[in-house]
Amino acid sequence: MNDQDLVVNDPANLDFRVHRAAMVDPSVLEREMRRIFDVCWIYAGHESEVRAAGDFVTRTLCGRPIILCRDSAARLRVFLNVCRHRGAMVCRERQGNARGYHCFYHGWSYDLDGRLDGVPGETSYPVSFKRKDWNLAEPPRVAAYRGFVFLSFAPDAPPLEDYLAGAKEYLDLVVDQSPTGEMEIIRGTQEYAIRANWKLLVENSFDDYHLMSTHSTWLDYMKRSGVEIPKPPKGHLVPAHGIGRVLGNGHAVIDNENFRGRPVAKWIPPYGDDAKPEIERLRAELVERLGEARARRIADTNRNLVVFPNLVVNDGSSVTVRTFHPTAPGHMQVTAWALGPKGESARSRAIRLDSFLTFYGPGGFATPDDVEALESVQAGLATHREVPWSVMTRGMAKQGEQLNTDELHLRAFWIRWDELMR
Amino acid sequence: MTRAEVEDFLYREAALLDEWRLDEWLQLLTDDARYRVPSNDAPEGDPAGTLFTIADDMQRLRGRVRRLQDPNAHAEFPHSRTRRLVTNVRIVEQGSEELRVEANFAVYRFRRDERIGEYVGRYRYRLRIVDGKLKIALREAVLDAMELASLGSVSFIL
Repeated sequence: MNDQDLVVNDPANLDFRVHRAAMVDPSVLEREMRRIFDVCWIYAGHESEVRAAGDFVTRTLCGRPIILCRDSAARLRVFLNVCRHRGAMVCRERQGNARGYHCFYHGWSYDLDGRLDGVPGETSYPVSFKRKDWNLAEPPRVAAYRGFVFLSFAPDAPPLEDYLAGAKEYLDLVVDQSPTGEMEIIRGTQEYAIRANWKLLVENSFDDYHLMSTHSTWLDYMKRSGVEIPKPPKGHLVPAHGIGRVLGNGHAVIDNENFRGRPVAKWIPPYGDDAKPEIERLRAELVERLGEARARRIADTNRNLVVFPNLVVNDGSSVTVRTFHPTAPGHMQVTAWALGPKGESARSRAIRLDSFLTFYGPGGFATPDDVEALESVQAGLATHREVPWSVMTRGMAKQGEQLNTDELHLRAFWIRWDELMR
Repeated sequence: MTRAEVEDFLYREAALLDEWRLDEWLQLLTDDARYRVPSNDAPEGDPAGTLFTIADDMQRLRGRVRRLQDPNAHAEFPHSRTRRLVTNVRIVEQGSEELRVEANFAVYRFRRDERIGEYVGRYRYRLRIVDGKLKIALREAVLDAMELASLGSVSFIL
């Protein structure tokens, strides 16, 4: 595909198109793995998932098995989950607390700091063999921003905070919901596959243009539950009163006035009357701690953030942390968690989780239809030779603020993607 | 209640669900019933503190049924064909008003041009005796798969 532009960005002619081969061609995925997933900062997990020395979780990131863990001094570490001897994984459990990591194949073992500390029959190795040469490997870069842990396979990656650019502010809006300044991943993981290209989920995660047509059954349920869906001004679509913003380095967000409720802290009728005092208490706490303006900023908008390339934080009906990795041009693995303030009351936690499930996840009233839409797109893209282009020009002629139902934020993703792929 | 009576009840429920007679199925539930599918990695969790795949009270469950009857529930339009095999039915606790019942299930989901979805696991029921008849007070479908993975979603009533 090197001789074919995959993204046409021609503002003078108000033209922006994406070539559908970008979602289908295996050579594009190979290039993405090298030029995007091997280069960018990639979300690895949350600090709260491992707390004490020896705690670990294992997962697959960018096609590599990794261990996110706390070492003997309870420092956060990431190891590549591979034995230095022949390459078997040294940890095959989903999560737990380890005293060390052990390869069952030939019996090599490593301590919590990744040091090789057991080699059966070591005397048969010649003098050239030094244990210290064969410690567990780590990704070249690991860093965290307010609890969100990222890694990069590029030794020369910029500092994480520079990379996050304007996305930092939106992560701040998430973390500032917690009176303790700490958020935590809540137990229970939604892991599912979608038979579609990973970039379609990037688009879908902050594409408000599809809400009315794809999610009419959810809107219907909300209306029937007593939620008022604000009428859009003339020429606008539901959800009204939102903007799309570009945050640098391919990150972008939709930032909407909230009608759908928020556990912190905006009550809607489906929460039930008995939840009102709790939501009011949380609201008062926000105002007291952060001031009226900041409290309103947090509680009266909802925000779908994409951190390039594959982290989505949906900060609205609940806080969803979602990441996804391609396994083929037409296939991805998705992992989603609920995030909540550390130490929030049992009552708040229950409201948060209940609110999450109405819209989100594989059993929600919306996500299954998103999955269906993406799979339907992927099936349709088999015609990419006959029907090569997807148009992405919504809002392109506008000056100034762009709507959430425009496509400025989608274009920002694709422009960065195209820069890295060239 | 005998196991045979419980089995008859569960088989009738399975038939209603496979035939998409969802309004009739709702009649089998008590007004305070719960329908739950736990996350695959936390099958023993409590939905007040653990993220589930589905944790409906009757209000949301009625909304779910309404949604599934709407052609705009795109994930289930056209409706999947499902076939559920309910076996190994056991009454694990018998009270005067309520029974705890467990059963194994294999639910096959068929859609055009798609791989067969095989949802395997166990049901955990609390059945209540109302006017001499069984009603469902709690219905949990606990999947055995380590993650949903290629099952993708639980868009129908499991």
